[in-house]
Amino acid sequence: MSESTAPSVRVSRSRRSSIWMLVAGVVLLAALASLPYVVYANVTDLFVNFFILLTLGVTWNLLAGYAGLVSVGQQAYIGVGAYAVLVLAGDGMSPFLAIPLGALTAAIVSIPVSFIVLHLRGAYFAIATWVVAESFRLAVLRAPSLGGGTGATLYGLAGVDPAVREAFTYWAALAVAAATLIGCYVLLRTRFGLDLTAIRDNEVGARSVGVRIMQAKRIVYVVAAAGAGAAGALLIVSQLNVQAASIFSVQWSAYMIFVALIGGIGTVEGPILGTLAFFLLQQSLAERGAWYLIVVGAVAVLMAMFVPRGLWGLVGDRFRLRLFPTGYWVRPAR
Amino acid sequence: MRYGQLQALTDVTLSVAAGEAVAIIGANGAGKSTLLRTIAGLHRPAAGKIQLDGREITALPAHERVRAGVVQVPEGRRLFPSLTLEENLQIGATRGRAGEWNLSRVYELFPWMPARRHMTTVFLSGGEQQSVAIGRALMANPRILLLDELSLGLAPAVVQRLYALLPDLLESGLGVLLVEQDVTQALRISGHAHCLLEGRITLSGRPADLAPADVEAAYFGFERRGRRG
Amino acid sequence: MSWVNAVVQGILLGGLYALFACGLSLMFGVMKVVNLAHGDFAVLAAYLALVIVSGFEVPILWSVLLVAPLFGLVGYVVQRFIIQRSLDVSPLTTLLVTFGLSIVIQNALLEAASANSESLQSGILASGSFQVAGLHVGYLSVLIFVTATAVIVGLQLFLSRTSLGRQLRAASDDQETASSVGVNVRHVFGVAAGIAFGTVALAGVAFGMYSSFDPAAGPQRLIFAFEAVVIGGMGSLWGTLLGGIVLGLAQVLGSQIDPGFGVLAGHIVFLAVLAFRPSGLIPQVAQAAQ
Repeated sequence: MSESTAPSVRVSRSRRSSIWMLVAGVVLLAALASLPYVVYANVTDLFVNFFILLTLGVTWNLLAGYAGLVSVGQQAYIGVGAYAVLVLAGDGMSPFLAIPLGALTAAIVSIPVSFIVLHLRGAYFAIATWVVAESFRLAVLRAPSLGGGTGATLYGLAGVDPAVREAFTYWAALAVAAATLIGCYVLLRTRFGLDLTAIRDNEVGARSVGVRIMQAKRIVYVVAAAGAGAAGALLIVSQLNVQAASIFSVQWSAYMIFVALIGGIGTVEGPILGTLAFFLLQQSLAERGAWYLIVVGAVAVLMAMFVPRGLWGLVGDRFRLRLFPTGYWVRPAR
Repeated sequence: MRYGQLQALTDVTLSVAAGEAVAIIGANGAGKSTLLRTIAGLHRPAAGKIQLDGREITALPAHERVRAGVVQVPEGRRLFPSLTLEENLQIGATRGRAGEWNLSRVYELFPWMPARRHMTTVFLSGGEQQSVAIGRALMANPRILLLDELSLGLAPAVVQRLYALLPDLLESGLGVLLVEQDVTQALRISGHAHCLLEGRITLSGRPADLAPADVEAAYFGFERRGRRG
Repeated sequence: MSWVNAVVQGILLGGLYALFACGLSLMFGVMKVVNLAHGDFAVLAAYLALVIVSGFEVPILWSVLLVAPLFGLVGYVVQRFIIQRSLDVSPLTTLLVTFGLSIVIQNALLEAASANSESLQSGILASGSFQVAGLHVGYLSVLIFVTATAVIVGLQLFLSRTSLGRQLRAASDDQETASSVGVNVRHVFGVAAGIAFGTVALAGVAFGMYSSFDPAAGPQRLIFAFEAVVIGGMGSLWGTLLGGIVLGLAQVLGSQIDPGFGVLAGHIVFLAVLAFRPSGLIPQVAQAAQ
């Protein structure tokens, strides 16, 4: 690879298409933000669910696609985020202001947990995270102040006009999803993103060139917990109640995994596309009960085996497209 | 023949007759092991044919080639640590052909083995491990034996003793294709030798007809590329 | 007195968990694969037994004779066409694919049956008990414990004494060399999965007799099985029996302290083992047959 023999290449990060994408993104964000003025609450409700799913998918993908950590227990932090909002609102704080604190609480809780689970790999890590989530659920069941097994209702929004509440919930969800996407993108474009990619591709090699693996994994784990916590906080705000059995359900992990598998693991764009696909499947099969998870699960399994790079792998390669260019384009210089 | 994205072997044509030993010599990275592994069925060639007695076996998976009679003694022995010595031998017969080789014949060849047959092979010496690997291959009653770097990491006296087994095996009609970095040893034992350089055969012939200078040139590729400072 | 009783019940419950876990242990020991749909396949077996029992009006133990071999076949097919294929992509893909399979099975069961819980009625076997030194010991628990031990002994003998077991150990050591000495690695891995699935069927039916089940019961079964395997030491079958017993004891003694604490106590023991002794109580050594 010496300079004299290697053909000269041009290395660039953003392409013109990426810059147009940025403009389009800003326009899209503005359009989405004005949505509550245009449509009814049933539509914004749909979007709230979409943004929650997107947040979960993107942060799960950060864990699995960039740090090689397949978690089946992110629902632990969904629950922590939701119950944190419940407690803070019970103390008189506005639930909307409590959302970032829910994310923060999840992040803080994830630090001690990370010391147990992060030295595990593969199935060990997957099931250990799952058992942590189960333990949280069982602990909440034994806490009458949190509603135990029957669940608890969120106070603090009772007097608010439903239309206003729903609009604010929508904006909060939009803000969380946008912050998650932008945050992940910025994170991956830093030196840290390169470290992560190096770990994913070859952990031993990464260590030998001085990547501090445990620290990098811990940062990702905590960031992903914060994302899940924010999603949980949004869930309780939009549903106005919380139940341990459903907020700590492994179903959430299934959603995240399917979103990432269908969209494409290890890209920023993949989970967006995956969330869209998942959402469309969910909506179109909504009348058919359990069938939608059978279909979505089967699709995800088949994608994982035969199209491991997901929908985005197909689309992005086809059109040489990057919405969030975290890598580099290497082309022969003309 | 392609290995990964790199073409490791090009236009290699060779044959081994029953009762004959053919040596492949060449420097590190010349493609010797790739050649042997391709014949054993561990690599699928991108193009080309492998035939045994006129029957094409190019598409056969490795374990089916054992049944056809192509058996490899892999580089570095590669014995199974979870198996005892005797089990390491027995596994060689899993898909083997019928023939003269069985446990008692192998034990005849290596009289030290029976006493340690229920032990793991992890603590055996390198030469002993290599003997087990040879025994494991013989248990399949091969028609052609592929020997990959038999001498690797072994003391010269041990290598001598292992190679001393070959004439009897050849006598019984077995064909042997051996890859060896120890050129002297390889040329001494074989009836035919091919020198491999960067995936191509650069020199072929009977060892007696090969001049040492030609072998050296073919081995290192001096004539083609000139000596490098 | 009740503490002694709890210890006995805990050990017997451990037999059930060990029976659940030995398939997982076998597949991890040989193929380094963890099938996250393990528990759901067990629940599927219980439903299948239920259909056979009610459809043909045969005793439950007879249904096992049909379900276990059928699951052996299912295991072979799942290994060759799903697990092996996903392994070829990457080991992480295997986790994701088997997890997806788990969700598919749960929801298919939900669609085919209902969310109601079912149980396999085994009459006197489930309710009957005998007294030893003042302790009531259920026939069913003892039967399950004996079955678990028998299965583990059988698997151990199979691995150490048969040609197929030898091929499995060789393939587990070094797939490439195994195939180059004549082992059809993919086939023997399929056979191992078939055997593992056979034990899953046994465990599913046993659990169905022991307690009620519903379509969503699989994940918890998987977690208990995995906990037993990890506590005992991955890949060691005797360790799995020990791990099952430790888990059973933790759960029963935990419930003794507080009725809601049992499962959580098991989780805590599992997480403690992961934190302080990740190789388990009986770490796997090179398992040469003695």
